[in-house]
Amino acid sequence: MVDPIRVYPAKPSKVYFYGTCLIDLFYPDAGMAGIRLLEREGIEVIFPDDQTCCGQPAYTSGYHDEARTVAAAQLGLFPQDWPIVVPSGSCGGMMRKHYPDLFRDTPFENLAAEIAGRVWELTDFLLNVCHIKLEDLGEPTTVAMHTSCSARREMGIAEVGPALLGQLTNVTLAEQARPEECCGFGGTFAIRHPEISGAMVSEKLTTLVDAGAREFVTTDCGCLMNIAGHAEKAGTPMTGQHILSFLWKRTGGEGGKRS
Amino acid sequence: MSSSETVSQPAAGVHAGHQVDVRDFHNRARAAIHNPKIRQNFRKAMDGLMAKRTAAFEGWDLEALRDLGANIRLRALANLPDLLEQLEQKLTANGIRVHWAVDGDEACQIVRDICVARGAKRVIKGKSMVSEEMELNHYLEARGIEALESDLGEYIVQLADETPSHIIMPAIHKNTAEISELMHEKTGTDLSNDVEYLTASARQQLREKFMNADVGVSGVNFAVAETGTLCLVENEGNGRMTTTVPPCHIAVTGIEKVVPRLEDVTALLALLTRSATGQHITTYFNMISGPRKEDELDGPEEVHLVLVDNGRSSIYQDDQLLDTLRCIRCGACMNHCPVYTRVGGHTYGTTYPGPIGKILMPHLIGLDEGRHLPTASSLCGACGEVCPVRIPIPDLLVRLRQESVDGDKLHPARVPGHGAKRGRAEAMIWKGWSWMHSRPGAYRFGTGLAARFHKLQPGQLGAWTRFRTAPKLAPKTLHEQLKERNR
Repeated sequence: MVDPIRVYPAKPSKVYFYGTCLIDLFYPDAGMAGIRLLEREGIEVIFPDDQTCCGQPAYTSGYHDEARTVAAAQLGLFPQDWPIVVPSGSCGGMMRKHYPDLFRDTPFENLAAEIAGRVWELTDFLLNVCHIKLEDLGEPTTVAMHTSCSARREMGIAEVGPALLGQLTNVTLAEQARPEECCGFGGTFAIRHPEISGAMVSEKLTTLVDAGAREFVTTDCGCLMNIAGHAEKAGTPMTGQHILSFLWKRTGGEGGKRS
Repeated sequence: MSSSETVSQPAAGVHAGHQVDVRDFHNRARAAIHNPKIRQNFRKAMDGLMAKRTAAFEGWDLEALRDLGANIRLRALANLPDLLEQLEQKLTANGIRVHWAVDGDEACQIVRDICVARGAKRVIKGKSMVSEEMELNHYLEARGIEALESDLGEYIVQLADETPSHIIMPAIHKNTAEISELMHEKTGTDLSNDVEYLTASARQQLREKFMNADVGVSGVNFAVAETGTLCLVENEGNGRMTTTVPPCHIAVTGIEKVVPRLEDVTALLALLTRSATGQHITTYFNMISGPRKEDELDGPEEVHLVLVDNGRSSIYQDDQLLDTLRCIRCGACMNHCPVYTRVGGHTYGTTYPGPIGKILMPHLIGLDEGRHLPTASSLCGACGEVCPVRIPIPDLLVRLRQESVDGDKLHPARVPGHGAKRGRAEAMIWKGWSWMHSRPGAYRFGTGLAARFHKLQPGQLGAWTRFRTAPKLAPKTLHEQLKERNR
């Protein structure tokens, strides 16, 4: 009934990197940052070139046949038993939690369950598998963190982002009201119910501003394009980026080293 | 939010007994979003309820307790037919008459027949969501029988000729000033912002009604099969008055409310009151085990239980949808729902609002009329996280979305009205999406093309850009960047 306790694997020599379609098209720098952080930890990163999308947009819209077709095309991408790391709680949740449901009673049932068990959200993997130690090389700053609902509730990693930011000595994590409340993205929800979604993101932005931050980081690009896009539209001085981009830049980028 | 979008019409669908078009969700949502009073009343109330719940579970192993609650409900549902038979036997032995109703109309008819047989003209009611589902008040009133709500929130809602906006706190959409104005207008109570005064005034008026009532109608929180006991949770004492003062008590409940053993009630009660209002226990907890016995001085002469199906046995047929019936009606899912908090209960236009309403109502009214209910969620999961009996509400919402569009050939849809939302254009879009994303070459070609021409991307993206700028296509996809890097 409760999700099984996560048993983290030993740090592997190689991982599969599943980039997600939003990162591919809109935020490739976040994907590159994730890959470089892994490489800096001494891990060889394999990027299966045939990856497209995990299938979640169709799945949550009710088009399960279409979701299954797309998801099935991802199942063959991870033939070795290396972990599959995903820079998103949402796509990670789809693969880990929903693939077994989606492929139940199909010939892919066992494969889907096996793959689901190897899926890790990338920040969780850096903190709890790589035991990363971050050396902050940036100027003092205050950031707010928005953990996506899927990272928080499906992947159960609400503490991971703050823990990583906590390693950065010059970064102050802004305390916001209702950190656990949804930003209103919800995929097609933002399109189907624009008024409600708009009210939610507007209040989320207000809580981030009230927390005293001018920039925020997040685990998921859906939340990022929602909150940052709303801030830009509203003319509010608040910028956002994926937490991986932020961590990579703060720790010196290419010049940074493992401490 | 742009102020030009202010909508002047009041939120439709709040008036009791009027036919509400559930499909008009969007208009009601828009009106609610732009109504500062609704926004403030709900935000304030829900923030308070969330904090109270958190405090009430402090020091408890909440996850273990939720496991226990879920298991009790699962076990009860697994044996539902047998438990209902056992319940009927025990109740009958205790002197409680049991009636079965296929739907709300039949349940109303049973209540009316009992009233007619007793020559009853005045009914006093304790809070019961099933009676809302039945629309009992209007049924009785149309047939010359007065039905008066005695729960303070329900009383207010009835004065205003509205429906409840929350299953536990029916008048939560109103603040004290609004309630005072309403009571002043309808009952002559002096205008006041003193809650105690307003409550005392309502109490005085209701006390007289209790004394003159011919029949009391109540709901049931748990019906215990092994002992034939009807448990009723309440805070105002009106439930005890309703079930003991009038000479006849009629309890109405859904068939899913049965639990096997008396000891099952302890865990469920601990979860219910803490999840609902953040109380360790309510002021009153009634255990009704029969009519007045010969040597007893008070209590009703007759006690009836009406067991209402109203779509539940159909839900029961499906292994996944069955989880809907675990619900113990605490309302925590709505208290924690960011959508409910923004739009309030009346926007849904259904008896049960919020997350539980979104997964329950489609079975009662069909997915045709209820087509917008499963989509009105960001699937944030807050509801499932607080549900005391671990109903996987987000998963059920996704299931109902699938049913709405007949989206899964492996698992054919079965909810009434399924497929109503399937549109040719949308289905074609997903087909095209699926075609491209299951062909890596086509995907790389398409995304590469988009990146190459990123400067030509449109700045306006329909509903998305009403509140946000469009996300910007990168000049090079991650696929392309990695290919170059590895060259």
